[in-house]
Amino acid sequence: MLNPSILEKLQQISGKDHVLTDKADLICYSYDATQRQFLPDVVVHPADADEISRIMQLANAEKIPVFPRGAGTGFTGGSVPVAGGIVLGLSRLDRILEIDEENLVATIEPGVVTEDFQKTVEKVGLFYPPDPASLKVSTMGGNVAECAGGPRCVKYGVTKDYIIGLEIVTPTGDIIKTGGPTMKGVVGYDLTKLICGSEGTLAIMTKIVVKLLPKPEAKKTMLVMFSSIDGAAQAVSAIIRGKIIPTTLEFLDARTLECVRNATDLDVPEAAQAVLLIEVDGDREFLDGQTRKISAIVQPLGVVETRIAETPEESEALWQVRRSISASLRQVNPDKYNEDICVPRSRVPDMIRKIEAIADKYNIPIVNYGHAGDGNIHVNIMVDNAVPGEQEKAEKAIVEVFEGTLELGGTMSGEHGVGIMKAPFLNMELQDNVIDYMKTIKKALDPNNILNPGKIFPSDVRAH
Amino acid sequence: MAKLKKLADYRDEIEQCVKCGGCRAYCPAFGAEKHEGRVARGKIALADSLLKGDVELEEKFLLDMSQCLLCGSCYSQCPNKVHTEDIVAATRREIAERKGLSTFGKGVGTILKHQGVMNLLAKGGGAFSKLLFKKVPEQSGLRLRFPAPFITKDRTLPPLTAKPFRERHPERIPGEAGKPTVLFFTGCGINYMYPDSGEALLKALKFIGVNIIIPKAQACCGLPAVSAGAADTVESLAADNLKVFQQYQYDYIVTACASCHSGLTQIYPGMGDEFDPYKDKVRDIFVFLVEQGFAEKLSELPKAENPIRVTYHDPCHLRNHGITKEPRAILKALPQVDFAEMEAAGTCCGLGGTYSVYHYDTSKKIGAKKAGFIAASGAALVATDCPGCIMQLQDSLNHAGEKQQVVHILDLVAEALP
Ligand SMILES: C[C@@H](O)C(=O)O
Repeated sequence: MLNPSILEKLQQISGKDHVLTDKADLICYSYDATQRQFLPDVVVHPADADEISRIMQLANAEKIPVFPRGAGTGFTGGSVPVAGGIVLGLSRLDRILEIDEENLVATIEPGVVTEDFQKTVEKVGLFYPPDPASLKVSTMGGNVAECAGGPRCVKYGVTKDYIIGLEIVTPTGDIIKTGGPTMKGVVGYDLTKLICGSEGTLAIMTKIVVKLLPKPEAKKTMLVMFSSIDGAAQAVSAIIRGKIIPTTLEFLDARTLECVRNATDLDVPEAAQAVLLIEVDGDREFLDGQTRKISAIVQPLGVVETRIAETPEESEALWQVRRSISASLRQVNPDKYNEDICVPRSRVPDMIRKIEAIADKYNIPIVNYGHAGDGNIHVNIMVDNAVPGEQEKAEKAIVEVFEGTLELGGTMSGEHGVGIMKAPFLNMELQDNVIDYMKTIKKALDPNNILNPGKIFPSDVRAH
Repeated sequence: MAKLKKLADYRDEIEQCVKCGGCRAYCPAFGAEKHEGRVARGKIALADSLLKGDVELEEKFLLDMSQCLLCGSCYSQCPNKVHTEDIVAATRREIAERKGLSTFGKGVGTILKHQGVMNLLAKGGGAFSKLLFKKVPEQSGLRLRFPAPFITKDRTLPPLTAKPFRERHPERIPGEAGKPTVLFFTGCGINYMYPDSGEALLKALKFIGVNIIIPKAQACCGLPAVSAGAADTVESLAADNLKVFQQYQYDYIVTACASCHSGLTQIYPGMGDEFDPYKDKVRDIFVFLVEQGFAEKLSELPKAENPIRVTYHDPCHLRNHGITKEPRAILKALPQVDFAEMEAAGTCCGLGGTYSVYHYDTSKKIGAKKAGFIAASGAALVATDCPGCIMQLQDSLNHAGEKQQVVHILDLVAEALP
């Protein structure tokens, strides 16, 4: 419990209605998609940067941790209040402030839902490509904080490639601007890029300046089914080696397909042991050639069937199936260790083989799918922690997955971030001096360690 | 007697929620008020906490649980098909059990005692008089939908009929030999408020020559009582209807109300296996008509010269059961109809059982969105398949100052038939 005078001050800043302390309210802001739960002491929904600045000043004076929150859909615990304190909900900052069609730039607030933003810019022929699976609900602020990815990143890059400026509240309560609406800019450090992917530990965004592209004229989505996982994995490398960069190059393994068969009406024949979901976009006349080239490359690798979505609705239905995979893995087992490793793309087949060997060794289901086209694989170790020994097996398997990833020159996380879930493994990937360099930045900017503490760096903050 | 499940029986279902938050995109209540307690994920976390003893029935808990339309929009898009609407209904029953019905079921039987409201009713539609309201049985869902807080001057209500539908007809209306027999489960909406839609249904059924049974003793399906958490009422209504179902010989039970359809196909079967022999006989009227080749018959009628543009609103309780094509097939086959799909046809109208009684402001916000989509469709009429939706949509359109009228598809069917 926070002391009443602090609550009173929060109420003075944001208004009584926007300061929640009832247990029922606290429960509703205690979790994210990791399903880890930590109760905050208070939930505040500020209206603007000025209120946030005052909240941060108060939090520094009183040494209260502050946990910024978008939609709470992260996979590494980025928004959960691991140390109690204040959950800072940014849902009221939800305006699209400007779409500048002359410069192909938009300025928005962090609470805007990603898909709403995409649909709005698409109405004027513009395009914001990053498309995390959560895009119907996750917010742009959360996407920037985690540097979200998504299927289209193969061709278009990740969130940070589109963020060119920010207005932020610093951990100590200053309101500053970084970058701006220009396509280039090298004056001083690139703070914008530093904040993208900093997982809410360095700043609270209050405005985001986004670079946009012209919307491609058309797209074509194909579902290519393979008789073996190896064939599909080799197809990924073969397409890239063939110097074709499709818009998406998603892969689903046999276990994923089982879940899809159970949870959706998508009809995937039993003979298909793996599937690639490939999309190409661009000028209409150019698409057929692209899909033909891709078909020719993958054909020798054991293709069972190829289906092409004929309408935008059919294509959207396929993507909806793809986006619900993560949640639907609950069918396999109740507890999910959800990793999102990324390896050099030519190493995808090697990585898949390694993961299969690990699954065999520990005799636990590991479900793989994801953005194979950029080497980013969602490795889901599915266990039932209630069964004695399963959790230990999962933890050992995770370490081996990470070891395998690093051996191939990969990274532990392509897009979900470190948060609380991967923090214990951070030093497997980063040298001590690298971690120190990062911590020096954090410490300089947030001397009281009150902004989203307990994330990224292994620390003494423990789960309740 | 068949029993509703308790909240504790939903433990497994609750654990199926992986907190992905996808429901935030589909929940109408969340769309109107962006608070996590409004959305399925939050409600499941709360129900879970209640079961674990981590939260009391405090005011905010009750508010969040009351803020659900039970529309199942979350369920229909949930990757793990978690029935949050059932979990919330069970939580409301739990609340009623611990605290009494006062929290959600305020309306049960109170309206006749409330003189001011009765006067307002009498002045309001004129026909909505005390005398007429007396005809509505104590346990009818209409009483839950029209308790004191519901009746306000700015709400458009349909008049109550002077002669309820079931009083107008004999129990049995024979059809042609060899044709199937259908039991018409009228529901309260058609019986007391929209009897013309009931007449329209009879006209359609007679047109195809089926035998009809309209049992006098049928009761309210109980869906508003589910929404109110009134377990006893639901169970006693289900028992009454079970007797009715057992009493006659027939091939189908036909409904023309999405809520009744859901009561008969989703709520009752969950209460015990007594309902097993009947659940597969239940048909929404348009599913039945399509099965009987009615759409083809309509297509043979001469086309109108100046067809009227009509759009369709999917009632949640049909959409959740995958019934979306049949009502459209009938509409499109009608000779006087120029069908136009609207945007977001499948989003909730905002009525939600007893929701709109206690959260009229949020309900109006949800309705206003819907009214916008209807207006944008360019249709003159919006047709649907649920008396509750009809009432709510008309109220929303009137508030928005739009001129569209809301009708039951059956009304258009009757108009087209010779
Ligand atoms: C897990 C999430 O990132 C996906 O791609 O489905």
